[in-house]
Amino acid sequence: MTIKSIVQILTRILRWSPLLFLGIVAIIFAGLSPRFFTIGNIQAILVQSSWLAIVALGMNFVLLTAGVDLSVGATMYLAAVAVSLIVPAAPIWIVVLVAALVGAIFGGANGLFVVRLGIPPFVATLATAFVGRGLGLFFSANHVLNAGDHLAAVGREFWLGVPVVIWFAVAGALVSLTLMRALEFGSFVRAIGADHEGARRAGVPITRVTWSVYVLAGAFAGIGGLISLAQTASVSPAFGLNAEFLAIAAAVLGGTSLFGGRGSVWGPIVGVVLITTVQDGMALINANPYAYPVTTGIVIFIAVALDSLRSRLNTRVERKRIRVVEPVSA
Amino acid sequence: MANASRLRLEGVSKSFSTVRVLHGVSFEVAAGEVLGIVGENGSGKSTTMNIIAGVLAPDEGTMTLDGREFTPTNRRAAEKAGIAFIQQELTIFPNLSVEENLLLGRAPRLSAALPFISQKQRRVRAMELLRAVGLEVNPGTPASRLSTGERQLLEIARGLSIDARVMIFDEPTTSLTNKETERLFTQIDRLKASGLAILYVSHMLNDILQLSDKLLVMRDGRVIFHGPKADMTQERLIVAMVGRTIDALFPPSRETVAKREENPLLELRGVSELEIVEDIHLKVSAGEIVGISGLMGSGRSELARIIFGLDPHQQGHITAKGTSLTSGDLGARLHSGMAFLTEDRRHEGLMMDASAAENMALAALPLFSSSVYTRLRTAALKAALQEMAGMLRLKCDDIETSPVRSLSGGNQQKIVIGRWLLCRPKLLILDEPTRGVDVGAKEEIYALLAALVAQGKGILVISSEIEELTGLCDRILVMHRGCIVSEFSRAEFNQKKILSAAFGRMEAI
Repeated sequence: MTIKSIVQILTRILRWSPLLFLGIVAIIFAGLSPRFFTIGNIQAILVQSSWLAIVALGMNFVLLTAGVDLSVGATMYLAAVAVSLIVPAAPIWIVVLVAALVGAIFGGANGLFVVRLGIPPFVATLATAFVGRGLGLFFSANHVLNAGDHLAAVGREFWLGVPVVIWFAVAGALVSLTLMRALEFGSFVRAIGADHEGARRAGVPITRVTWSVYVLAGAFAGIGGLISLAQTASVSPAFGLNAEFLAIAAAVLGGTSLFGGRGSVWGPIVGVVLITTVQDGMALINANPYAYPVTTGIVIFIAVALDSLRSRLNTRVERKRIRVVEPVSA
Repeated sequence: MANASRLRLEGVSKSFSTVRVLHGVSFEVAAGEVLGIVGENGSGKSTTMNIIAGVLAPDEGTMTLDGREFTPTNRRAAEKAGIAFIQQELTIFPNLSVEENLLLGRAPRLSAALPFISQKQRRVRAMELLRAVGLEVNPGTPASRLSTGERQLLEIARGLSIDARVMIFDEPTTSLTNKETERLFTQIDRLKASGLAILYVSHMLNDILQLSDKLLVMRDGRVIFHGPKADMTQERLIVAMVGRTIDALFPPSRETVAKREENPLLELRGVSELEIVEDIHLKVSAGEIVGISGLMGSGRSELARIIFGLDPHQQGHITAKGTSLTSGDLGARLHSGMAFLTEDRRHEGLMMDASAAENMALAALPLFSSSVYTRLRTAALKAALQEMAGMLRLKCDDIETSPVRSLSGGNQQKIVIGRWLLCRPKLLILDEPTRGVDVGAKEEIYALLAALVAQGKGILVISSEIEELTGLCDRILVMHRGCIVSEFSRAEFNQKKILSAAFGRMEAI
């Protein structure tokens, strides 16, 4: 067996590693707790995953362009504060719209800094993360705000036998899938992530696309914040804290590369479910609560290690070949 | 046929910072005509093509397309006007599928009103284009699975997908097999018959003579010959290409001082890396300059990276003064006194916003401090830097404050050389040491290299300019498709023979 074929097999395995990893974790917890593989528990995992799945899907667009958005946690907070203050009793579709709009505007500001002012995404969104949280604290006057009853109901209700919050995540996935597969937007996003200068030369509308990914990340984070609000029923100043890191970890666990250009829509969802499964499993086996962050940290570490292994293998596979073996058939 | 000119350039000039690369280039090409363009590296061919394709803007001069003034502001605008540019530097995105690459930004839609892609139509269109260039792959495969030759075909297919009036081919056949090349030529004949104007840039003189109706020869940013193919031969083309008197540029020829050593500064025995290089044998002794010639994509730069340990090799041995160097061990190479100047100084070599002094000091810092934690011997370092700047004849107001970005290409290159010289290397590997450097600075760099070998250092120089190698080297090795195909000693130097060896043809042209 040549080195080349080993590399190819490894690359293929790594493509499926998110699902493989999830399977292994599930089997371990199933062995440790008989309550793990019950419909109730699996549904609980999916319900707990839904808000983060939406946020991670938005983050995914930004990561695919080789950017990052560290402000999504603050965006969640800001959107949750906004709906609690502006439209506490409005119909649910208006609430959703307001949350998405607040997020989109915030994401638009991120895009402005990155695209127009040329500030590296890491720095620009780090700054807006503080601004966003500050604004949220200012408007909420540092108080804990409670969600309206009809909003809290969204966190509990079912539609067609499936919790409503899961439908929100499914809708987010469908929107993502449409953007990434049915429109040229997806090709543009991945082209920019692979080779920014090359994309410019190939005529990709870089400014518009880059701006769009930050607006999308913001809008998704806004809705993610709303779903989280519906589940917790209140907004504390720590609402959405560190959500950006969980979202990045989930996307990377799902195979999205921090180096840009590589990733899918289903990947981040699997990543989120994986993270939630670990937390759920820890609770089921009555682990020390202080061990949760440690385990999450280990999971994130594995995710990033996998990503660099993947990109190293990819550079091997994609290396320029000089001695092309001519096909024997003539 | 076709009297009216489709594309006409008049007095087009272009400078990069201080270096003038085009001096009033004028030519025209008619519809249904193939204009073959030849010239050495650095003659301005690529710059001219980039200007036509809207990638670069000319400083002076005008372009007309079908009688109307043509001033593309970017690549997209040029494409809309009907200029298809098939580049030598491939812009294939490895993470996109073949069909996404082919029709990026131009995918067929389900309906005119909605932005949804019609996957079916895209597949059909992609199949057509792939068939036209004879690339038999599934349009859905990721482009990363394609070989260099297949990527080149993909790039050509992408050019065909543009509704073009002028099509530019820049070295389209460097990685193609003979069969693929033939198919491309049939396609070009068809395009020509359909009324396109074609600009065909290549080093492959046979191809140029076979394909073209008219010829354009460029040298040093000027048009040397522009006219019908008529009685042009390969001989006369090469004379026109290299015709400049160059004796003055190079240091007076030296006696080869290198002795056949038991343990040369560098020795490669049977070095191979799958799909990159195969069975490379070479030696560099103290006091000699060895040159590596070859076309772009022949594996010369990749070989340099393997020698310096930046890339691994699977088989064979690399030794320095008898000490074996393991694959990819950069530290051992630095320790043995090896230094490497990359071909890409902007990305790999220089910190553009730092000063000349900071850039030059970088590699030598360990020599001016006994450990990472002890103080740097600043005074000694400063003195060494000033001395080096003097030796290099660096033209720079203040080496400690002016950023490198503000210096000319030649001076930037001297700084990279200076950085390694401060480490007192025994063996220097130089990849394209004079690319983008003006003639004056070139001469100074050549003199410097001659002085260095006189001190007993060894130099391995890679260059695409054959005259640079024949002017400098004691021996020249020629690479073609990852192998060393021939070796010339100083007495046997012959530009034509070296060029034809680089093309992979052993018989004299």
